[in-house]
Amino acid sequence: MRRGLFCLLLIAGAAHADSSLPPSPLAYTQLADPAQEAEAKALMETLRCLVCQGQSIADSDADMAGEMRALVRQRIAAGERPARVRQWLIERYGDYVTYDPPFSWVTAPLWIAPLALLGIGVLIARRLFRRRQA
Amino acid sequence: MKKLLIWLPLGLFVIVFALVVNGLIEPSDRLVRSAMVGKPLPALRLPPLLPDKDGIDTSATRSGKPRMLNVFASWCIPCVAEAPQLMKLKQAGAEIDAIAVRDTTGDVQAFLARNGDPYTRIGDDRAMRAQLSLGSSGVPETFVIDSRGVIVDQHIGDIRAEDVPKLLAALEKAK
Repeated sequence: MRRGLFCLLLIAGAAHADSSLPPSPLAYTQLADPAQEAEAKALMETLRCLVCQGQSIADSDADMAGEMRALVRQRIAAGERPARVRQWLIERYGDYVTYDPPFSWVTAPLWIAPLALLGIGVLIARRLFRRRQA
Repeated sequence: MKKLLIWLPLGLFVIVFALVVNGLIEPSDRLVRSAMVGKPLPALRLPPLLPDKDGIDTSATRSGKPRMLNVFASWCIPCVAEAPQLMKLKQAGAEIDAIAVRDTTGDVQAFLARNGDPYTRIGDDRAMRAQLSLGSSGVPETFVIDSRGVIVDQHIGDIRAEDVPKLLAALEKAK
């Protein structure tokens, strides 16, 4: 009896704080044109889900991620360039929405630090090897 | 030189410890603020959701009084919590328009019957397009729009009693 009740508990779903409306068709349907779908998919993988931060909208099942996928697919299908769609979202949510941060004074260390570290590594290695030769 | 180096691990430990303590005392802010604050309200045209209330058409309401634009949904629990504060704002003379996110007429009617109806207009945002074009990342959120149609403020999350004077001040400033 107890075990039966416990199993019933397992069946109960999670409490949802999402709408009961069905998602937009393009949230879970690929575009008919494979080239366009590939473009849209590549873009979706580099856009942040704003509800479940840390996931991309391609990975997330949140309502909002679904609608963002629908928006991306709709715009790509209408012939818009992925860069334009990304820009449209950045204008609204800031650079945080993209996993491919544009180069600016704030993000410069992100791009320059690896190159600088690599350079320092090469210098150190050269000095060490030279000493050994001597 | 060596004497100084001996202190290096302790120094590093202190830095890491300070970072961790700081993270515990002040958890990082995960709110995504709209980048539209300070910019004109984007053109929105949302059909009415209720038979007896206008939808949202920004081209018709561009000028005049400062307004609030409340992004809400009947399925959103914090929206129930903020409803009394919205009623207070309305009683204080605020004009509040609403964007109902992914909602149905019946659900919104039931929500308003239960929690009060502070809204002048309610637009139907079935596919979250208006929400996305406002840079809003959840419900509820409230935007303050000045008399020239520029977004001047964004309140993220439910409006609490202590936020009411702040929002009224923002509305006053937006004249």
